[in-house]
Amino acid sequence: MAKHWWKALTVLILIYVIIKGFTIDIPIIGTNGQSSRGLFFHVPMWICMYTMFTISVVNSLLYLNKYDLRKDALASAAASVGVFFGILGFATGTLWATYTWGGSFTRDPKQMLTAVALMIYMAYLVLRMSIPDIDKRARISAVFNIFAFALLIPLTYIIPRMVDSLHPGSATTPGFASSDTDNNMKRVLYPAFIGWTLLSVWIYTLLVRYKKLELKNIFK
Amino acid sequence: MKSTAIRQTLTLVKKDILLELRQKYAFYGILLYIISTVFVINLMIDKPEEKIWNALFWVVQLFVAVNAIAKSFLQESRGRLLYFYSLVHPRNFIVAKLIYNIVLMAIMSLITLVCCIMFLGNPVINFWYFLGVIMLGGISLSLLFTMLAAIAAQANQNAALMAIMGFPIMLPLLMMLSSIAKSSFITVYQPGLPKMFLMLASMDVLIIALSMVLFPFLWKD
Repeated sequence: MAKHWWKALTVLILIYVIIKGFTIDIPIIGTNGQSSRGLFFHVPMWICMYTMFTISVVNSLLYLNKYDLRKDALASAAASVGVFFGILGFATGTLWATYTWGGSFTRDPKQMLTAVALMIYMAYLVLRMSIPDIDKRARISAVFNIFAFALLIPLTYIIPRMVDSLHPGSATTPGFASSDTDNNMKRVLYPAFIGWTLLSVWIYTLLVRYKKLELKNIFK
Repeated sequence: MKSTAIRQTLTLVKKDILLELRQKYAFYGILLYIISTVFVINLMIDKPEEKIWNALFWVVQLFVAVNAIAKSFLQESRGRLLYFYSLVHPRNFIVAKLIYNIVLMAIMSLITLVCCIMFLGNPVINFWYFLGVIMLGGISLSLLFTMLAAIAAQANQNAALMAIMGFPIMLPLLMMLSSIAKSSFITVYQPGLPKMFLMLASMDVLIIALSMVLFPFLWKD
């Protein structure tokens, strides 16, 4: 029980985030209205995705170092959880864009590049399915995973900062932090980061256990 | 040591070019592919305006790159790869492939350009600029698809896999290329143009570095 305290913490934090997220007083910014509450659910999804993809690429590097199949199982589990949270982040962002940008899929660079990055990771998952041999699959997908991560950073982090976007926080559109004068939003946002990240780690550990059971005969 | 690496690489490039010159079917196959694609476009929409011309040009380029480069690894049989494995360092092998594919793609880009101008009219105002852009585009596409072809060749020589892996990655590449190329059709001021060149160049460097580092891992079999 002692090592499961963080799961209880996750549940408590997320209950706090969801209740507070919908009820707390938030500053009304421009045409956003109440839709700014999406912040508490949209931004943490990306943090979860980055966390998972980082875990995934680190495990892939470790795999190529020692050729330990356990590391490959960890890498693939992290990548699939990362894609899941990426899709959630994309969905919440699209929902918000529908009411503030006037369209679900505008030609916004941030939105498009994120979709591209997610597609690269989906290609990683498809690549894994296409190779039946376990060792070969582990090696090739580790290589592709590193390739994908090396492209993820410029696609979702560097290029969006260089071009103009409708997304809050870019060149011509101020972020929400400047309007949040009494730090009301931050009081929910920071716990939200921690809570959702813990949830993603939780899902990840469950998936890892499942994968290990699946490969029980190999791991001994 | 340094000189052997260079010599091995050059020998491998020479071998690829020689193979291409001997069995010309691949080259002429792609040539036919380019001409028929552009001709079909001509039949459908005669002379497109510059925006559509630009888009069609890059789409043709994309499929030419996929067809031309996929076979650079797919044509190597398992036995032959094993033979190379015993002779040269994998890094020299991938560098040779990269150089050969860049040369091939540069020639293909020129042919595509000539075909497009012949069949679809010539909206290009700033010709030398456009030529530079398509060379840069050819290099970027060939680098990317060489790496992906190397991965796909390991995964049961699966060409469909290359499409799945390649298309999301080349999407931003093609977007950048087509927006850079815009300046050669109309005289407009494009802010951030040098930045985009820089971005393309750094992407190329990234792909070269990654393939040099990662290819030795793919090779072990």
